[in-house]
Amino acid sequence: MNGLDQIGSREMIEVLRPGLLTTVQDRGRFGYQKFGVPVSGGVDEIALRAANVLVGNTQGAAALEVTALGPRLRFLAETVVALTGAEVEGDIGGRAIPWCKSFQVRAGQILDVRACTRGLRTYLAIAGGLDVPVLLGSRSTCLVANFGGFHGRPLATGDVLGAGPPSAPLGDLAGREVPEAWRARHGSPVLLRVVLGPQVDAFTEEGRRTFLGSTYQISPNADRMGYRLDGPVIAHQGSADILSDWVPLGGVQVPGDGKPIILLADRQTTGGYPKIATVIKPDISLVAQLRPGEMLAFRAVGVAEAQEIARKIEAELLGLRAQLVCAESWGYAAGVGEVPGGVSLDQTEGPAQVPSTAEPAAHGAVRSPMPAKVVKVLVEAGRMVAAGQPLFLLQAMKMEFEVVAPRTGCLLAVHVREGDAVGVDEVMGRMETTP
Amino acid sequence: MGVRYLPAGERGLVVEFGDAVSIEVNTQVRGLALALEAARIPGLIEVVPTYRSLGIEYDPQILSFAEAERKVREVGAALDPGTLPTPKRVEIPTVYGGVYGPDLHFVAEHAGLSEAEVIRLHSQTVYHVYMIGFSAGFAYLGGLPERLHTPRLPSPRIKVPKGSVAIGGSQTGAYPAETPGGWRIIGRTFVALFDPLQEIPTPMQPGDSVQFVPITEQEYLRASSVQPGAETGSARARE
Repeated sequence: MNGLDQIGSREMIEVLRPGLLTTVQDRGRFGYQKFGVPVSGGVDEIALRAANVLVGNTQGAAALEVTALGPRLRFLAETVVALTGAEVEGDIGGRAIPWCKSFQVRAGQILDVRACTRGLRTYLAIAGGLDVPVLLGSRSTCLVANFGGFHGRPLATGDVLGAGPPSAPLGDLAGREVPEAWRARHGSPVLLRVVLGPQVDAFTEEGRRTFLGSTYQISPNADRMGYRLDGPVIAHQGSADILSDWVPLGGVQVPGDGKPIILLADRQTTGGYPKIATVIKPDISLVAQLRPGEMLAFRAVGVAEAQEIARKIEAELLGLRAQLVCAESWGYAAGVGEVPGGVSLDQTEGPAQVPSTAEPAAHGAVRSPMPAKVVKVLVEAGRMVAAGQPLFLLQAMKMEFEVVAPRTGCLLAVHVREGDAVGVDEVMGRMETTP
Repeated sequence: MGVRYLPAGERGLVVEFGDAVSIEVNTQVRGLALALEAARIPGLIEVVPTYRSLGIEYDPQILSFAEAERKVREVGAALDPGTLPTPKRVEIPTVYGGVYGPDLHFVAEHAGLSEAEVIRLHSQTVYHVYMIGFSAGFAYLGGLPERLHTPRLPSPRIKVPKGSVAIGGSQTGAYPAETPGGWRIIGRTFVALFDPLQEIPTPMQPGDSVQFVPITEQEYLRASSVQPGAETGSARARE
């Protein structure tokens, strides 16, 4: 499908830490919804395609979708990579990771994507595309049915993934930048353009006004299947149940409680709630970068206008390759295979682990990397802890992850309790400041 | 109620034939789905047949909404039901009761029947596949005898074993994968209800007739063990 095959594939990345939810995705699995198979694919399709263009791949090649907290990867061969979508904090060989710009990586180097800062989902494309089997016409991971991508599951520590042959010499693929206009895709609140229907007549006139006139907040109940929203209740005309029918990408279904749900890449193919509107596909990329707690609103456009918008963006995407800015070549980083201050984590089972957000050594604060709920406080104040030891078990986006000690020392104070909600960069504990 | 053509975003069209569960309406949906696939209209990406409507995804680079609707109407108008492929008759070998069907006893008690009578009634009925949805390979079957209608579990099980044959309210079906589920489990099949390695990944298609065929535990175990990987067999199809 993407012009790749097993021939020419080589081992490319070893996963040292998987991150919160890192999956292999391409543009999705089409033609199988009639068998109940979700479409899957990168939630921010525009960012996925841009990342592929940067490294010289076809736009539908398989790449990694990184969610909120990123992976730590060792490269096993020389290649060119690019990261798009959410901006990241992290390093490659001791240097900050370039964003929206392709760069060369040497065998043995470690790419540490600690966290997505602006936005939620980052796309990491590798020259030649990730080489996983094509199942039902796609390399995308189908998490709900456990097939596709890398063994039908998110990446785990120790996984080794291959890549296909690059389309050009690596030197020609590195140092290419996406024009400015293709970068700033994140903000809150965002205004999403929708086409009303297919079941807009299942709602009262007032219900429609509420839907189009209100601001909604993304609830913690948000994942690749869909985002449940909090906000004013949308009134149904009669029953909130319909006979199950097709659920399109971006469908905004409203169950009995009147709170809308935007359906995304991993949605079920059919569903029994009426859909008041459908978010246009180009704007799904905006949704993809929103986190729980962020705000959005809806604006209705006609079908013809929606198609005009989609055609314009598609034409620009198809021409993106010609628009790439060739920047000064970003050569080899100084250190090979070493990240100063990096924490090595040996993890085989259990939740994803992340170091707490980077912090000047003098302060000793242990912070939450993203808005989350405290599931468990794993260490009492006053205890000695080792670098990399889990301190807090948090939950966000329906996933659990651990925040680990940034270094060895005494955990002086714990500021949160189980059940607390914590914001991004909120201080959860404090470690002694002098080693 | 006439056929309605509803927009679903800038690349979706829903053709709604009615709003009730009926084999006549469902047959119209199936007919249009097959005819559209055969017509190979440029820009038409895929069709998703459901109980009473057909979801159509198309490429707005190639077709406007009005053009998509016109093409679909043309194919619908030219449709000759006699040319459509005949639905299959699919048999799903099922071991009833015991550890494979922990709720068979409850279903029997609720119906005021013996377990043997429940098995006889459930397996002698020929069911109609209305659609595949909810999860990969899950077939919505119609035709469960009223006597066997059974309320769902008060709270769903965390894990329903793959291949479980179950009853939920007025519906019956089989779970293609291990998932949470609230239906009453009465048996289990070794048939792979979803296999992503096959180009046609599900043994049942919309419009097919389905019958559950009782087998013994020995037959179930033998069939499960000869298959590569437990519980991935083939459904028996017959004309």
